[in-house]
Amino acid sequence: MTGAALRAFVTIAIALAAGVLWWVFSLALLEGPGERLAPLAAEALPRSGVGNPVTAVLLNFRAYDTLLELAVLLAAVLGIWASGPPDRGFAPAEIVLAGLVDWLVPLLILAAGYLLWVGGQAPGGAFQAGAMLAAAGVVLRLAGTPRAGLPRGDWQRVLVVAGVAAFLAVGLALMAIGHGFLTYPPGHAKWLILTIETAATLAIGATLAAAYVGGSPPDGPPGEDRA
Amino acid sequence: MTPDLVLFDLLLIGALLALASACLFSAELQRAVILFIVFGLLLTLVWARLQAPDVALAEAAIGAGLSGALLLAAARRLARRGGRPEDRP
Repeated sequence: MTGAALRAFVTIAIALAAGVLWWVFSLALLEGPGERLAPLAAEALPRSGVGNPVTAVLLNFRAYDTLLELAVLLAAVLGIWASGPPDRGFAPAEIVLAGLVDWLVPLLILAAGYLLWVGGQAPGGAFQAGAMLAAAGVVLRLAGTPRAGLPRGDWQRVLVVAGVAAFLAVGLALMAIGHGFLTYPPGHAKWLILTIETAATLAIGATLAAAYVGGSPPDGPPGEDRA
Repeated sequence: MTPDLVLFDLLLIGALLALASACLFSAELQRAVILFIVFGLLLTLVWARLQAPDVALAEAAIGAGLSGALLLAAARRLARRGGRPEDRP
């Protein structure tokens, strides 16, 4: 395809996409609210085991979606690891930055724990808490810790799959005792959700930090020498 | 809704659109990433205005913070390993 033809093609495609977007947008504005799932979710909230409707949807009503989201993150980090060893990273921090990091990293970890716990009742949850943990990793890497605070290779792999593993373990165990996959029995929902969320927080934190490091973990496949 | 809030919302929308186009049409990769981070932070305010604090938290932490860090790292790598010549510092 020549340059001019390609440009014409791209222009037409963008115009079509804009038309479709505008059509959907005006439909959404004109139609008014149809039947929504929100009342249904609000009605089931007391039985979900958590008080925060968002957490109830993510970890209970639509737990499948969250499991698959974690699988997407896992696939992403596997792709990053497959792209070879990471960069050397940054020079060790000077005294001022090192002092800041000494304060910031514990605070971020504390904030992550708080967000994880508070997610049951108020805004917060595994993804936000995991992002806080990963932020601690990013700060550590910027301050000259090459591995961003992550453990060595094998443990890093364990951490990265922890979220999906906990989800599947809980789901399959529930199936084994006669409930549906990820259908929590009432009364146990809170602790099951908290277990999954804790594992997911660690996994998300490790995954995002590993993504920031941007290469396969040390002592990976034998025969490759890593610093 | 008070007129103040309407004005705030309009400013927010205008700033978002301006930032989005500045980000898309920025000639320099690193500047585009920084504009993207600022865009994410303003988008956090939009979620807060829509009374969706969960999404606002996620947007601030993941959308603006970590995606920004990842994109900055990627831009830095691209520049060092010789991406497009115009992206090299």
